[in-house]
Amino acid sequence: MSKKLKAAIIGPGNIGTDLLMKMMRSEWIEPVWMVGIDPESAGLKRAQELGLKTSSTGVDGLLDFVAEDDIRIAFDATSAYVHAENSRKLNALGVVMIDLTPAAIGPYCIPPVNLKQHASQLAMNVNMVTCGGQATIPMVAAVSQVQAVEYGEIIATVSSRSVGPGTRQNIDEFTRTTANAIEKIGGAQQGKAIIIINPAEPPLMMRDTIHCLTKDTPNQEAITESIHKMVAEVQKYVPGYKLVNGPIFDGNKVSVFMEVEGLGDFLPTYAGNLDIMTAAGLRTAEMFSELANSGEITLPAR
Amino acid sequence: MDLSGKTVKLHDMSLRDGMHAKRHQISLEQMIAVSTGLDDAGIPLIEVTHGDGLGGSSVNYGFPAFTDEEYLNAVVPKMKNAKISALLLPGIGTVDHLKMARDCGVHSIRVATHCTEADVSEQHIGLAAKMELDTVGFLMMAHMASPDKILEQARLMESYGANCIYCTDSAGFMLPDEVTEKIAMLRAELNPATEVGFHGHHNMGMAVANSLAAIEAGAARIDGSVAGLGAGAGNTPLEVLVAVLERMNANHGIDLYKIMDVAEDIVNPLMDQPIRVDRDALTLGYAGVYSSFLLFAKRAEAKYHIQARDILVELGKRGTVGGQEDMIEDLALTMAKEKGLI
Repeated sequence: MSKKLKAAIIGPGNIGTDLLMKMMRSEWIEPVWMVGIDPESAGLKRAQELGLKTSSTGVDGLLDFVAEDDIRIAFDATSAYVHAENSRKLNALGVVMIDLTPAAIGPYCIPPVNLKQHASQLAMNVNMVTCGGQATIPMVAAVSQVQAVEYGEIIATVSSRSVGPGTRQNIDEFTRTTANAIEKIGGAQQGKAIIIINPAEPPLMMRDTIHCLTKDTPNQEAITESIHKMVAEVQKYVPGYKLVNGPIFDGNKVSVFMEVEGLGDFLPTYAGNLDIMTAAGLRTAEMFSELANSGEITLPAR
Repeated sequence: MDLSGKTVKLHDMSLRDGMHAKRHQISLEQMIAVSTGLDDAGIPLIEVTHGDGLGGSSVNYGFPAFTDEEYLNAVVPKMKNAKISALLLPGIGTVDHLKMARDCGVHSIRVATHCTEADVSEQHIGLAAKMELDTVGFLMMAHMASPDKILEQARLMESYGANCIYCTDSAGFMLPDEVTEKIAMLRAELNPATEVGFHGHHNMGMAVANSLAAIEAGAARIDGSVAGLGAGAGNTPLEVLVAVLERMNANHGIDLYKIMDVAEDIVNPLMDQPIRVDRDALTLGYAGVYSSFLLFAKRAEAKYHIQARDILVELGKRGTVGGQEDMIEDLALTMAKEKGLI
């Protein structure tokens, strides 16, 4: 019997398709279903060509096959509006939900910071925060693991081509959710998030700046070491996560300048913001699979 | 050029764009002194916000001496005739800030996006219009897009509920012909009830000339700043524009001597540095770079020994947009490394 957990992807758009391409290389997760709502969609057709089963009637078209195909993990790459319903239906059948929408009904998950905790407690719904959050919160956490951070601020700059209509219509959700996760997961007392959309051609690579204000004088050596260690952790699932400059210390201010290059699976390499979401989502599922395989967690009985 | 009989509404920026030049450190007393002086001179609209808009308080842009709420609460009750506006950049501020500003009694909300990214403003423009505020769509760095693109983006903002659309020369890059072309196109193609406005910077010394071109092409609102207090080489100096409009017999509704006195007696003494077209401010205009980058580039020069001009030119080449202040230190560090300085 394969050690791989079987998975469904909901939403055959850019994110869902990129996720599928990454998943096909995974040692721990096997993509089985792609779920959409439009039988003519390019994403569903592509998934079919890659050998997946497909539903064009949304999650309802998948439910009858969950037990039969032993689906254990689902990735929701649709929208916050439908996520709660998708999650409720699949959780009821014992499927763990990885939420790539901004719905955030489950706890935030930033893999190198708190994935192990969620997986070992078998959290049935985890939320992947935002692209900016995935790229920056590890750095805030790297500082707050050394000493108290009173204020954490991130500026995410992304190429115009990589920002879809959902994010554009509700850009406040990005700033709010990211700021909130900077506090809850990054460990800063107060969080602030800024997103800048840049239309330059050729498109610019995702870049992120992280500023932390520490409560006491920063321990430069320990913070620098912690940041380098954290960068290496993120690079395990996003090889193009790069420390460009920093940490720079100025009084109690610690600044880090990052660039995120994607793998270019389905999305272009400049869209590091989207790549880090799909990579973090897959990494999360893999951890559940690893722990189930080693017996550390027991998946819902069937 | 014949502007006689044309009517224009002047909007002062000194207490918002001027916050950049003051590193957001204007005191409440100074805010009140400037705004009451402007009110007395007949300025109908005055913007009061962090330089980077509501919620701009940050490490990236600078922490202000007081919160937006404190500034607004200090100024709004003091106004006899003038109305107060607030700026909001989606991605920095949120609808929560917008509601706060409304509760403080602002009359206008101006929602600013990069000139090609208007669709991030739907939420904010929609809410401001629903709250029946004077709702302005503010297309920044308008030199970076064609007239057709500007019109397409203006129509989006109009469709979300904006009753006025600005063509904003954030870099002070435009020359009068470009202003004429873009403003005339907006005026001809937008709904006749939608007002058109122009916001200039003086980095190439063109702010007054550009404002006149905008009025001639149909702009009903012009932004300027008393004594020019604004980012880069400042905004269109309002007292100068008023004197010129007076000579041209345009209707502006401002008392020239009174606004001259506000400039000379109240605003000039509070400046940290003269607002002028110095080498770096000129580079902003020449290279087409966001005006608030000026002081950040000067500070990076002092810290990393890379000329501000070189940093600004490179930022222009890279197509940097408003709000990317964090690129300045990042780029200065990279340039300093390349030169073996650090």
